[in-house]
Amino acid sequence: MIIGLGHYLSVGAILFTLGIFGIFLNRKNVIVILMSVELILLAVNINLVAFSAFLGDIVGQVYALIVLTVAAAEAAIGLAILVAYYRNRGSIAVEDVNLMKG
Amino acid sequence: MILQAIFFYLFACVCIASAFMVVAARNPVHSVLFLILAFVNAAGLFVLLGAEFLAMILIVVYVGAVAVLFLFVVMMLDVDFAELRHGVLNYLPVGAAVGIILLIELLFGVIGWVIAPGLTKTITAPIASDINNTQALGLVLYTRYVYFFEAAGVILLVAMIGAIVLTLQHKPDAKRQSIAQQLARRRSSAIEVVKVKSGQGLP
Amino acid sequence: MYEAIVLLPLIGAIIAGAIALIGARNRHPGEDPPPPHDDHTAPLVPEYETHGAPDPGAAHAEIGHSSHETEENVEPDAGSRAAELITTTLLGISWVLSCLAFVDVGLRGHDARVPLFNFITSGDLKVDWALRIDPLTAVMLVVVTTVSALVHLYSIGYMADDPHKPRFFSYLSFFTFAMLVLVTADNLAQLFVGWEGVGLASYLLIGFWFHKPEANAAAIKAFIVNRVGDFGFSLGIFAVFLLTGSINFDTIFAQAPDLVGKSFHYLSFNVDALTLICLLLFMGAMGKSAQFLLHTWLPDAMEGPTPVSALIHAATMVTAGVFMVARLSPLFELAPDAKTFVVFIGATTAIFAATVALVQNDIKRVVAYSTCSQLGYMFVAMGSGAYSIGMFHLFTHAFFKALLFLGSGSVIVAMHHEQDMRKMGGLWRKIPFTYAMMIIGTLALTGFPFTAGFFSKDAIIESDDVIQGTVASYGFIMTVAAAALTSFYSWRLIFKTFHGEPHDHHHYEAAHESPLVMLIPLAVLAFGSIAAGWLFLHIFEGHGAEEFFRESLKFGPNNHVLEQIEQLPLYITLAPTVMMIGGFLVAWQFYIRRPDLPVALARDQGVLYRFLLNAWYFDRIYDFIFVRPAMWIGRLFWKGGDGFVIDGFGPDGVSARVLDVTRNVVRLQTGYLYHYAFAMLIGVAAFVTWFMFAGGLHP
Repeated sequence: MIIGLGHYLSVGAILFTLGIFGIFLNRKNVIVILMSVELILLAVNINLVAFSAFLGDIVGQVYALIVLTVAAAEAAIGLAILVAYYRNRGSIAVEDVNLMKG
Repeated sequence: MILQAIFFYLFACVCIASAFMVVAARNPVHSVLFLILAFVNAAGLFVLLGAEFLAMILIVVYVGAVAVLFLFVVMMLDVDFAELRHGVLNYLPVGAAVGIILLIELLFGVIGWVIAPGLTKTITAPIASDINNTQALGLVLYTRYVYFFEAAGVILLVAMIGAIVLTLQHKPDAKRQSIAQQLARRRSSAIEVVKVKSGQGLP
Repeated sequence: MYEAIVLLPLIGAIIAGAIALIGARNRHPGEDPPPPHDDHTAPLVPEYETHGAPDPGAAHAEIGHSSHETEENVEPDAGSRAAELITTTLLGISWVLSCLAFVDVGLRGHDARVPLFNFITSGDLKVDWALRIDPLTAVMLVVVTTVSALVHLYSIGYMADDPHKPRFFSYLSFFTFAMLVLVTADNLAQLFVGWEGVGLASYLLIGFWFHKPEANAAAIKAFIVNRVGDFGFSLGIFAVFLLTGSINFDTIFAQAPDLVGKSFHYLSFNVDALTLICLLLFMGAMGKSAQFLLHTWLPDAMEGPTPVSALIHAATMVTAGVFMVARLSPLFELAPDAKTFVVFIGATTAIFAATVALVQNDIKRVVAYSTCSQLGYMFVAMGSGAYSIGMFHLFTHAFFKALLFLGSGSVIVAMHHEQDMRKMGGLWRKIPFTYAMMIIGTLALTGFPFTAGFFSKDAIIESDDVIQGTVASYGFIMTVAAAALTSFYSWRLIFKTFHGEPHDHHHYEAAHESPLVMLIPLAVLAFGSIAAGWLFLHIFEGHGAEEFFRESLKFGPNNHVLEQIEQLPLYITLAPTVMMIGGFLVAWQFYIRRPDLPVALARDQGVLYRFLLNAWYFDRIYDFIFVRPAMWIGRLFWKGGDGFVIDGFGPDGVSARVLDVTRNVVRLQTGYLYHYAFAMLIGVAAFVTWFMFAGGLHP
């Protein structure tokens, strides 16, 4: 069968929802949240590239490249924050990250 | 065609499964490894779409840098095996319901889409068919989108500085070089010529 | 000149008031005043003295100010001497000018109307502030300024130990000013302003020692009972304006004959207009002059200092009602039913107050009920149509009642502020001058021949006999009986206070005559009590009355009372004198020869005794019918309406609901990131759903 745009977009959608599930369904630690964000960004990338391929517009891929860059930077910063947080609090279990309560 | 379909489904299913395992795995190192697997399969999907440059960049950047960084941090922090998750079952029904609703709506959009009639005129940078993906990207990236390119570079720079600022701790007793001090060393303060009788040694 | 008469007391009041305010500021420079002591036995030690050295400066400033009695070691306010001298002097000048005015207006006939300024201009209503000086006004000017000047002088001695003299003299002068505004009024609005002003001054003066809760309660009671009367008075003024279109006296009196027979339609009732107006206006007089049913405030008003009782509740304020009826005589002459009602009320008051005065033990209360009774006499005269005789009794009564009050004050000071007559006795040896003055006053009150009271009181009884009707006969019997009772209780007061054996030896030994500044007013008033009768007889009675009062008192075409008095048989004219002698003899028997008789009588007739002692239980009845329900309603509105409803739905409720809402909203802020992400997810899902179904997407 012909793999059309819809298939790729479905894959992107499922990855997106899985990433979102990962943010709030995990009880283990904060790193899983960061990984879920990466999954979401990956889903967005798939979406962009799929449209770019099917519409014949290179802009999608340029945009995907930029998103890639930003995702990498954000992952680095997020992990740096996590390390700093761990140094101060000694734990990265999700239940303990409730300093903003109130 | 059939080959394309087979590879598509292969890559897609593995990607989705490994994404699921990222969330579901108990050992965080396993989570990172599954993330790597998801990235690789996504790169495969990109190749199928004809964006091979992007696919390779995906592997280099994501797998080679980001996932390795994740692994570093997971190993550095004392992250324990997750105990049995009590309490997730509270959220599971509602969360799952909301998520599935979202998914269904996304799929609606996916399935029932129609390309607007005037869309072909709005294509900003059509892909020429005789150059490869890398060339096509290069033609556009350094000319029309150079500002975004430079901005992305600045973002990376800022991220690097930010990461250093957040995590660098000067240990008080770590030995360090001070280049300026080294270069400012003069013969007069460093060397002293002493006349020593043979067999005597320095006092 | 007339402006000076009215305004000099006001200037005195303002100066004394300023002195009082400055003194109060110096005493309490901005901090909270200390809580007051309220009993005599509290040690005179500064309240804030703790262990260690006592604060030397606190001794004078920190001791609470209670009533007159405990202030021995607190200095009076600075400027007291200046305040009392200035106010007394200004009133003295006003008194001299009033006598000149009396001669000018009354005897030489130069009526005056002095417009001052425009008061109200609103639509059809145009009211000027003007001084109307006619013979009636001239008589009242003399009465008010004489008694007021003498009371000011007396107060210099009586209030010598009180630390708040500037405030007292300011209030006294303010009262005099308000009373003068009332008597010089040219229209009903100005009269009402003065009316309210004296009510206010009465409140301030009764509650002068405001640290005593009884004084505060009495002041409020006086003000509120007056208010009830003032309500009727206001309605009367409104009715007058509605029917005549003006509240100026001249205009009203000119239009009055046209209103005869007109009836006022109200809620399917048709009442005679003039009767209604006069009844409503008389209701004001009932309140101000403490007539039957609105009398309850007068005995309690004795909580104020004795000079206040003498000035306000004997000579001037309570006579404002009588003056008002006299001033409105043109209206009353055209409403015979209203006059009948006035006679009825006056006679009932006379006998009621006289019966209650028989058994009272507080010396000031006896005199207060006596005042109430004599006011009833004045209204009987007014209602009979003998307006000039009512004014005559007002004139003479001012003298001898003020004398009795000031004399009682002298006795009280001598007995070191003891007011209970049961503790007095045998004082004629210790304070003979006061004794002589009180005897003169009592003779005048009971109508001893050729004293002032003889002429005026007997004339009232005669005038009541002249007019026809059942109410008139009722009035005649009541006034004659009251004359007997008046004599009895007056002599009872004298015998219990000055004769017999002293009951409190400690106070008896310490008793001494009052200072000269208090005795001079007594002497002047005694002279007035004796002489005011036969000196002024011809201008108040007989043909001279019409020549003197001219248009200020109206005698209707059917009103021949003054002539008919001359023609009464002798037994009628002698009846009051016989009653007086009878009362004296019974009092002599009860209190000099057989002092055990009244005690036995009180014991045997216990119910009657207590009935009279509690003033026919009026206070209890009013408390039950009016005060308790009013307090209940007030509490209901306060706690229920204001507290629960308005505060509950308003500020308190809103703030409590806000707190509830925030407390619940705060529970959303768990601090857990995934909760927040979950919320964002729900938001995104909702947004997508809405957009899909309401927006542009067509699935």
